[in-house]
Amino acid sequence: MNVSELAPSYDLIVIGGGPAGLAAAATAARAGLATVLFDENPTVGGQIYRGITANPVRNHAILGDDYWAGSALATEAKNSGALVVNGATVWSLDRTLTVGVSIAGEARLVSGKRIIIATGSLERPFPIPGWTLPGVMTAGGAQTVLKAQGLVPTGRTVLAGNGPLLWLLAAQILRAGGKIEAIVDTGTRRNWLRAAMFLPDFLLSPYFKKGLALLREVKAKALIIPGTRIAAVGSDKLTEVDVDGRRLPADLLLLHQGVVPNVNLAVAAGVPHRWNGRQLCFVPVLDGDFQSSVPGIAVAGDGAGIAGGTAAAERGRIAAIAAVRALKPDARIADPQAARQRLQREEMGRAFLDELYRPVAELRRPEGETIVCRCEEVTAAQIRETARMGCEGPNQMKSFLRCGMGPCQGRLCGLTVTELIADERGTTPDEVGYYRLRPPVKPITLGELASLPVSEAERRAVER
Amino acid sequence: MTRTADVVIIGGGIHGCSTALHLALRGLRPVVVEKDYSGRHASGVNAGGVRQLARDLAEIPLSLSSMDLWEHIEELVGDDCGFESHGTVLVAEDDAELASFKERVDDLRLRGFTHEELIDQAELRRLVPAVSDHCPGGVVSRRDGAADPFRTTQAFRRRAVEKGAEMMEGVTVTGLARVGEVWRVETSQGPIEAPKVVNAAGAWADRIADMLGEPVPLAVTAPMLMVTDRLPPFIQPVVILRGRKLSFKQRENGTVVIGGGHPATPYRDRNETVLDWEKLSLSARTVWELFPVMRQATIVRAWAGIEAYMPDGIPVLGKSSTSEGVFHQFGFTGHGFQLGPGTGAMMAELVATGSTNVPIDGFGIGRFKTGRL
Repeated sequence: MNVSELAPSYDLIVIGGGPAGLAAAATAARAGLATVLFDENPTVGGQIYRGITANPVRNHAILGDDYWAGSALATEAKNSGALVVNGATVWSLDRTLTVGVSIAGEARLVSGKRIIIATGSLERPFPIPGWTLPGVMTAGGAQTVLKAQGLVPTGRTVLAGNGPLLWLLAAQILRAGGKIEAIVDTGTRRNWLRAAMFLPDFLLSPYFKKGLALLREVKAKALIIPGTRIAAVGSDKLTEVDVDGRRLPADLLLLHQGVVPNVNLAVAAGVPHRWNGRQLCFVPVLDGDFQSSVPGIAVAGDGAGIAGGTAAAERGRIAAIAAVRALKPDARIADPQAARQRLQREEMGRAFLDELYRPVAELRRPEGETIVCRCEEVTAAQIRETARMGCEGPNQMKSFLRCGMGPCQGRLCGLTVTELIADERGTTPDEVGYYRLRPPVKPITLGELASLPVSEAERRAVER
Repeated sequence: MTRTADVVIIGGGIHGCSTALHLALRGLRPVVVEKDYSGRHASGVNAGGVRQLARDLAEIPLSLSSMDLWEHIEELVGDDCGFESHGTVLVAEDDAELASFKERVDDLRLRGFTHEELIDQAELRRLVPAVSDHCPGGVVSRRDGAADPFRTTQAFRRRAVEKGAEMMEGVTVTGLARVGEVWRVETSQGPIEAPKVVNAAGAWADRIADMLGEPVPLAVTAPMLMVTDRLPPFIQPVVILRGRKLSFKQRENGTVVIGGGHPATPYRDRNETVLDWEKLSLSARTVWELFPVMRQATIVRAWAGIEAYMPDGIPVLGKSSTSEGVFHQFGFTGHGFQLGPGTGAMMAELVATGSTNVPIDGFGIGRFKTGRL
């Protein structure tokens, strides 16, 4: 696929090829909307179903039934009539519903009557001393390698943190024949107490039985150590993991403390976001159809708040039904009520999981010389000091310290910076707010930008 | 209780903060009322060029006096503001352009200004080795340079407060009225009374002028900028073009800021801008042609600050034409950053003494009265 094959405009542009994007594109295209889905990865599936159409892992038991459920969605999208474009990086979206996209080093502007952002989630920053050392990576990163290339970590592997994905990855590594030296569990007893009140809902949710079985499977085979003060130790690469003073020799440390919505594209497009105190992250402000206050832009999937892959697909369908009803009122389309009910069932157990896996303050709000912004090497002490001197928000912090100004556009430090400022100034993250994000939300080369076609009239007007 | 001050300054950009500092240095007690936070718009997010080169004749005396302050900026505000002085080079892309540059430089000489200096291809190559071979020469202003705009605005703000100015941020002016001998400035946090008022409200300054019954044809404009990832050092001066819109500079950290004035669509009531990627693409092409070394660079961010542009391209400075005790300081049309320090000093002199030593005759708001323009 080449950018020159794209139409200048579509009824619906879906950004992201995970469960929400696949379900949205399929629903809309089947109802007759001219639909394009841009997915950055070489194959659809998003993070949860990564590589679903081209997976080298032969033994399906390793990745589990939930993973393989993704192939039905991929097939549905493929057969729906939607144009699914892989290797397409969306670097800009604005309130005129213009999408900047690059494919194979060439850029185009494409406009949509409706946009569904389905860019999912990313892992919450896990800023501990030494987290920038070679040998330290995120659990999600390790899972990506496992799903896409079938590679299992070798060497002494330690997992640390908390959350469903951490336990799932542990199980997947063990099933694939990998070894785990220890799992450092950063959960606390208080979390259990807070979660308990949501237990009845959780018992009814589909996660309950699956989760319990998974925990049992991992705990039977791996050493579990409780701990909250974690440091990666080593001079030029990881050699040990320090857990509350206890040293574990390690070649690989996999960190994870939950996932948070990937808000960059929605924030850059002007969609208002609000702090969610239970999920400890910013989520877009949306209506029941997942439409934002920017006319024509919806956010579906985990980008609308973390709820998991099955819920993401239902959200994608609901958002797409709203788009169809707006653009083609006569089209035959299912009532969204059924999807809403399935979504509600999926979301039922979420509060329990959010409370149970709530990351502890020590691991969200670091101190001292711990690096917060990896791109610009800004430390927690610098951010705290600048906040104490009167810096009220992350945008001024950017200007003072350059944190969040590197190529990752704050993906790895945004939440930490907001929480540190709130902590120092004795206010709430909602009050402090998030980075104002500027496009391109994904870096593009000068050559790519120069490749944008410009109308002749415009060129004549500007040049001599 | 009504708050009082010697001077209310509306707008906390570099101009409002510089005037506040210079008033405070004169022993007066100014209050700055800023609707967002200091440096939120054009003052904090501009390209940072500190340029005397290629200015309108009317601006040259002010620009030269401002340059003197820039060269001692740390003494003035207690921070070097990231100011680096490696000159600005206006590059000619062909011989016809170079000939027109020569006319301008000759004309400036006749008027006694020597800061612009014509250079041949060899000197251009020496100053800007990376420039493409097709460029035959240009003009340099050697004392020019660049600074960090947000840091500079903050430094002025901080020093102004240290010297006795008061900052009210997140506060909007809602009305202006003469009450006896003083002006009553209505704000979202109650009224302030002061004998003098300075309108330094940038892209919102026309609304203040409207309150005074002297409307101005201010265009809200948002010139776009973009920045690359870090590159090995390859250029020291700021480079600008005249035919095609481009300004170009590499900061000390290696990132390259590309600007030149193509506008984004501004939404001033939402503090928002929507970028025009087709125009940014034109800038990218110009850089592609002029600096082959940049072709593989990565663009990491693009943005635009909301500014006031005047139809004749020069600011509005001096006394109100309708209202005794009110002064204007806005409309810098995309080139007000360098003027900040000097204009603040000049305005403080004007507000405090009623006159100034710097010629500002061409800048009066009266020039926009019907029939004048």
